[in-house]
Amino acid sequence: MIERVAEIQKQAEAEISAASSSAALEELRVQYLGRKAELPQLLRDVAQLPPDQRGEAGRTANEARQSLEAMIEAAAARFEADELTAALAADKVDITLPGSPIEAVGHHHLLSATRREIEDVFCGLGYSVVEGPEVELVHYNFDALNHAPAHPARGRSDTFYIEGGGEGPDQVLLRTHTSPMQIRIMEQTPPPIALIVPGRVFRRDSDATHTPQFHQIEGLLVDEGVTLADLKGTLLAFARAIFGEGRELRLRPHFFPFTEPSVEVDVSCFMCEQGSVADGGRCSLCKGTGWLEVLGSGMVDPNVFAAVSEHGYDPDSHQGFAFGLGIERIAMLKHGVPDLRFFYENDLRFLRQFG
Amino acid sequence: MRVPIDWLSEYVGVEITPVELAERLAMTGTEVARVLHHGPLSADNFVVGKVLSAEQHPDADRLRVCGVDTGDAEPRTIVCGAPNVAAGQTVAVALPGAVMPDGTTLGEAKLRGIKSSGMILAEDELGIGGEHDGIMVLGDELAAGTPLGDVFAVSSEVLEPEITPNRGDCGGLYGIAREVHAATGAALSAPPWSHDPGEATIGQAPAGISVTVENAGLCPRFTARIFENVTVGPSPIWLKARLAAAGQRSISNVVDITNYVMLVSGHPLHAFDLDQVSGGELTVRAARDGEKLTTLDGEERILDADICLIADADGPTSLAGVMGGSRSEVSEQTTRVLLEVAVWDGANINRTSTRLGLRSEASSRFEKGLSPEGALEAQAMATALMLELTGATLSDGTLDIGGEGPAADVVRLRDARIVSLLGTPIERERSQKILEALGFGVEAADDGLDVTVPHWRRDDVTREADLIEEVARINGLDSLPATLPLNRTGRAGGLSREQQLIRRAEDVLVGRGLCEIVGWSFTDPQVCEQLLLPADHPLRALVVIENPMSSAQSVMRPSILPSLLDAAAYNLARGADGCALFESGSVYRAGPTNDGMAANEHHGLGAIITGPARLPSWDDAQPPAARIGTAHALVSSVLGALGIDWEVEDGELPFLHPGRTAMIRTSEGLLGWFGEVHPAVAASWEIEQPIAALAIDIGRAAAEAPAHSIFSDLTSFPPLREDLAVIVPAGVSAASVVTCVTEAGAPLVSRAEVFDVYSGEQVGEGRVSLALHVDFSVDDRTLSDEDVAPLREKIVAALKSELDGELRG
Ligand SMILES: [Zn+2]
Repeated sequence: MIERVAEIQKQAEAEISAASSSAALEELRVQYLGRKAELPQLLRDVAQLPPDQRGEAGRTANEARQSLEAMIEAAAARFEADELTAALAADKVDITLPGSPIEAVGHHHLLSATRREIEDVFCGLGYSVVEGPEVELVHYNFDALNHAPAHPARGRSDTFYIEGGGEGPDQVLLRTHTSPMQIRIMEQTPPPIALIVPGRVFRRDSDATHTPQFHQIEGLLVDEGVTLADLKGTLLAFARAIFGEGRELRLRPHFFPFTEPSVEVDVSCFMCEQGSVADGGRCSLCKGTGWLEVLGSGMVDPNVFAAVSEHGYDPDSHQGFAFGLGIERIAMLKHGVPDLRFFYENDLRFLRQFG
Repeated sequence: MRVPIDWLSEYVGVEITPVELAERLAMTGTEVARVLHHGPLSADNFVVGKVLSAEQHPDADRLRVCGVDTGDAEPRTIVCGAPNVAAGQTVAVALPGAVMPDGTTLGEAKLRGIKSSGMILAEDELGIGGEHDGIMVLGDELAAGTPLGDVFAVSSEVLEPEITPNRGDCGGLYGIAREVHAATGAALSAPPWSHDPGEATIGQAPAGISVTVENAGLCPRFTARIFENVTVGPSPIWLKARLAAAGQRSISNVVDITNYVMLVSGHPLHAFDLDQVSGGELTVRAARDGEKLTTLDGEERILDADICLIADADGPTSLAGVMGGSRSEVSEQTTRVLLEVAVWDGANINRTSTRLGLRSEASSRFEKGLSPEGALEAQAMATALMLELTGATLSDGTLDIGGEGPAADVVRLRDARIVSLLGTPIERERSQKILEALGFGVEAADDGLDVTVPHWRRDDVTREADLIEEVARINGLDSLPATLPLNRTGRAGGLSREQQLIRRAEDVLVGRGLCEIVGWSFTDPQVCEQLLLPADHPLRALVVIENPMSSAQSVMRPSILPSLLDAAAYNLARGADGCALFESGSVYRAGPTNDGMAANEHHGLGAIITGPARLPSWDDAQPPAARIGTAHALVSSVLGALGIDWEVEDGELPFLHPGRTAMIRTSEGLLGWFGEVHPAVAASWEIEQPIAALAIDIGRAAAEAPAHSIFSDLTSFPPLREDLAVIVPAGVSAASVVTCVTEAGAPLVSRAEVFDVYSGEQVGEGRVSLALHVDFSVDDRTLSDEDVAPLREKIVAALKSELDGELRG
């Protein structure tokens, strides 16, 4: 019997080694270790052997069975791993197909993205962000901002007026700039203040370079001892944050009713060297001037402080600067948008390029 | 305004190129819009010629063959088509090689067989006026061969400065010359009104005219002189050429003089034909409502009581400060001229020209506010020209009502204040030099300068800050240091919590795949019909624009929905299968608010999705269409991100599908809505597919959001979860089932949520099956089945009794 066990083991080992699939292996398991197989039968027959033979025969047969079981197990594990590998290899997807869903994330409008970018620059400089009404009073939009009674901006050809509003300073209009919030905030808050006012403004203008609604960001800093040099430093920090480290500023004297002195601020063009592009041609962005006009600003006019009766904004002790920039303009310059109308068309082919 | 450099040079010695000058002016506060060229590019090859002979061309009726002396050894032959050419005339000749204003170079040409070596010029060929019928005939005192550029400005660069509203004094060339002088150091000549030939007449009124000014507020000064023996005729060529270069048409010597003096002094003048001034009297007064006046341009103007006019015995004869009347216009028959130079209230002139839609050279200057002293300066300069060019004699007397303006202000300019405002010093001597160049009087003071403001800057410069601006702008801002101010607000700055939350809400929608649009705040009042709003609907409280640019943009949007529908329609029409859009912006309703604002504005957040709820792809070929659930999920995402507790409530909105309208309620009230757009509304935007939509008052949502979240322990004792399937009559809302389960299972039910809905045969007609996840938990131990079993029975009983519900098998 012991010889027979050895014979079976040898033959089974050879066949298990030669097995080529887990199915073949399963057949061998049934053939050699199944209920009707010879080896288990021999094990069961051990009991009928003479007592002195039982020990050795039983041990031999048992060891043979365990050895074969282990061998089949090992082979089965190997086949399983190989077959999984093969199955995965066969289950290959073209990874160059697009993601699904195709567009997983949407977009902020370029004007919003630009507004946020500018807000964040000034937040970093310690400014707060406030918003104000778009339907305003003449008092806040013009009178308190030192606009002469005949200032052309007051005209009905320039400014939208609202039906049913009051008279004089209480006449209602669509704000033509974000500057009215200078007054509203100073009425509410004692100095020092440092804030920006992003928002929508309206002017009665519609052509290639004007839309009747557009967006501005107003800045206002009021404290004792604020200077025009501080304005320049602040706007230089802004210009470099938005247009790149190498930017320089140029201040051109100008006139705004609510600042004195007033300056227009140009940023050195980021597309060229003093107006010339790499191949020597004229820069199309700055029209060859080397400068981009980005905003108007100045030192708060004493009359503006005087228009605020609250909180002791004393024109003799308090100074400040104010600036107003157009978000559309910044976005167009920075992103090369050639035409204002793209901002309000809301064509998805435009919207998806930004934000 | 156009400033011919050649003319400007009479007052200031410009030695830099026009482009450099424009740049220098821009850097000192006078923006120059353009530098352009008037006339031929160069005056070379334009000379004075003498017509020696003019013979009929043998082969052409209309041509003459002229012998012209142009200062060369031999006369040259020039073929000329002008009917008025004649021997003995002194004319302007373009020689071969001359470059004409249109850029062509004149060559020698054969005209009907005869070689013509040059051209005898008509005015329009040099860009002067409209005269083309005849050649221009010059004064005989000019020698043949004299360069034409020595006779008048043949070729000139022209600056187009943009004068800011505070600089009425720069409405004339001399004011610009003064700026150029200060900005460049070029020598400034004495003003052209330094000598007044009528000086002796000042102090008495002239005979033959009486003037009454009824409202001195509207007319601070009115001056007049009378000229007799005037011969009205064409202006000399130099005057025509200058006016042309400045963009003005020559009319007659008298009218040209008024325009010329205005262009130099910045102060408009008006010439009346005195014989047409009825009754020899003029009254400056407010018009009567409905009063009529025909202005020089031939238009009949209907006036109102805010408009100031000049009347004679027969009624209105001139629109004060804006335009003269045709009745008293100077004509060829005029021999007596009343020259009026007045000062009008700028605001009133602005109002008048706006109301009548009539802007003139005069009104655009007067509305900036002119100084009374300027009136006599203009009279002085005009008087000299009237005497010289029209043969007139000046009547004795200068009428003057109102007189000069208030005495000059003296303003202290402290050195210390310059530093404190600019952040950098300017030497006192430098300040003095700049101010003197600009015409200010300057005296030394202890701590700076005492500065006397000249009359032409009286309204503009009244305070120390104004003087600092003057010295700063001329000194230049190039060297200004750039410093960052200290933050002494005591606050960190940054976005408010509400602003952060609004960004978060927008970010959620972007994260969910929506594209933000920026719509128009303006809309068409027809939008109320498009939205099916009944007559008394609150959204009809529109903010209406008095002076819109078009009726389609004549009201402010009362809802965030229309601009989203506009954008969707736009994109669908351009081939998009669907779109997912949102907008974050103001929405407007009429009426004052309790916080003193002029209208009710709120910050709306709206979104629409139409077409597939997500874009189809190779792995998801037929995603479901966006429906109310899509909008609901977005609302949940947005308000969830803000930490806001909210509930859905039934509601009705005219523009939403009546079966698919949901209101968003919080403890503070209604916060918005979601649902599907009414198909009839969608159709009016030409959209034929379902549109899921939502709108939230995001400003209020952000204000309502809890300040910050407080920790609850959800991990130490996990909830016990049971799933319930309950069959209820159709019409019982999911929310009421959830409420019933939550209330019956209190206090252990911590969450109940519907995850499936089924209706069909297996649940029976008129009934619907809802499947819910129900979580039971307490915060100090993990619950067992035994803890929950009694509650489960209570829940089943409550569902039965309250909602006629039963557990499903
Ligand atoms: Zn450039």
